[in-house]
Amino acid sequence: MSSRTIKVEALARVEGEGGIQVKVKAGKVENVKVVIFEPPRFFEAFLRGRRYDEAPDITARICGICPVAYQMSSCHAMEAICGTTVDGQLRELRRLLYCGEWIESHALHVYMLHAPDFLGYEDAIQLAGDYPEIVKKALELKKIGNDLMALVGGREIHPINVRVGGFYRAPAKVELAAMLDKLKWARDVSIETTRFVSGFNFPAFEYDYEFVSLRHPSEYPLCEGRLVSNRGLDIDLSEYESQFAEEHVEHSNALHSVHVERGTYFVGPLARYNLNFDRLPASAQQIAREVKLELPCRNPFRSIIVRSVELVFACEEAIRIIEAYDPPPRSFVAVTPREGAGRGCTEAPRGILYHRYKIDHDGIIQDARIVPPTAQNLRTIEQDLARYVEANQSLGQDDLTWQCEQAVRNYDPCISCATHALKVSIDRG
Amino acid sequence: MNSDQRRGLIVGVGTEHGDDAFGLLVARHLASRTFDGVDVITHSGEGASLMEAWQGYDCAVIVDAAQSGAPIGTRYRFDTSVDRVPTKTLRYSTHAFGVAEAIETARALNRLPRRVIVIGVEGGSFHPGASIDSRLELLVRDVAAEAIVEATRH
Repeated sequence: MSSRTIKVEALARVEGEGGIQVKVKAGKVENVKVVIFEPPRFFEAFLRGRRYDEAPDITARICGICPVAYQMSSCHAMEAICGTTVDGQLRELRRLLYCGEWIESHALHVYMLHAPDFLGYEDAIQLAGDYPEIVKKALELKKIGNDLMALVGGREIHPINVRVGGFYRAPAKVELAAMLDKLKWARDVSIETTRFVSGFNFPAFEYDYEFVSLRHPSEYPLCEGRLVSNRGLDIDLSEYESQFAEEHVEHSNALHSVHVERGTYFVGPLARYNLNFDRLPASAQQIAREVKLELPCRNPFRSIIVRSVELVFACEEAIRIIEAYDPPPRSFVAVTPREGAGRGCTEAPRGILYHRYKIDHDGIIQDARIVPPTAQNLRTIEQDLARYVEANQSLGQDDLTWQCEQAVRNYDPCISCATHALKVSIDRG
Repeated sequence: MNSDQRRGLIVGVGTEHGDDAFGLLVARHLASRTFDGVDVITHSGEGASLMEAWQGYDCAVIVDAAQSGAPIGTRYRFDTSVDRVPTKTLRYSTHAFGVAEAIETARALNRLPRRVIVIGVEGGSFHPGASIDSRLELLVRDVAAEAIVEATRH
């Protein structure tokens, strides 16, 4: 009786270390494990005893790729506790900062991490050798995202200008205006990117997932909204913990987040796109239709196209905000701490990021809970691997292993920060 | 070297997480002094912006913590004109697009300074909130001197 094991191990740094293992016996997947050690979990303990206004800077350190997501979710949670509303231009600046993060993160993933899979390269370095002009554009696109983060956030990695209630400093109109031409170039390149990646060959692999994302009355979701799904979920953030639970699994230090009744769910670009297509700007909708990106899109391998469409959105949104920008009279709203609990949930590039805090009357954090998007997608990734391996038994070991890694990268998990440096070993039992 | 090209750039790469701060400490040690034709910066190690940072320099010297399993304090020197920088040794290099990826991508795009030297020092703990190992602190002055020698070498 034939058996085979597909094993990927030794991920390092970022949100956690991880690997994958798929065991197959007689054509049936017996076991799938995505193993992740997740250092950011320790942050929940670090936060206890710290001041409420330290949370944005402390949690930003969890990830070098999506620090803004951590800052925004923590700010919204603290402001919910303290009864503070951040609106007008300060709210727009937050969206602008988030656009910078989406641009740099999606540009990195689309070109440097995911495109090599489809083009048959080991990594972006090989890609640069054969497609130098494409890689130069990708790097410039990423740099524009970084520049936007540096301009609004104070620096490109772990921004330092964000505070509960707003910012330490609001940029001048002329400073933001200097980004306009770059962003218009970035939008055009993002449209080209969407056309380029839509021409890749995608494995025929679909599943009827439960997609979960934020949904706002009028905006493509970044910082606010209700949590919705294509299975009828439509809840306020206060109900999150009654709908979703984290479970410990023996093979991993990372918790798996599941819906309490329906189990696995899917967060990230595909979920946002499927649930919020009508909130995309016209140019993003147009390019999605042009490249025949289906709605809903249920093939996670095609997430690279969706990320490209979201690049178009992020550039358009940044342009819109800058063109209408009127510097606020104060860079922040004063916040007075008060005892209570509050939640924040925002759309990190790779999906919803939930924060919940409890603080005392002095603003000292008593309890913290952080559910990153990667934890919410882990079980879905495992199920994808099981289905994919079972349906593709005819593939040779190298091809199947390659496509298993690719299946993980579809989700742009923070572990994908290292996926192009994965050690892969295959044991045909 | 073009007339508008600056001579040397020393980049101290790292974060404040334990031994990952080594490159930053080297840069800070050098920043208090002036060296003719040599600029000194700290950097997160994020590859795309690193490629931008060294544009226009004839020589770049990158100082970074390493993590390869060797004893703490083990030193590495890579001359990119003869060596490929191993992606799994430098501390930042496992993070998507770091120092090693930046160097090799820049090489492919013909955007690498004429000389790029990478000085790595093996660290042990990279946890948030941890202090740098005292054995590494003792190496800061020595590595800083090595970086200056490399950056000013013709």
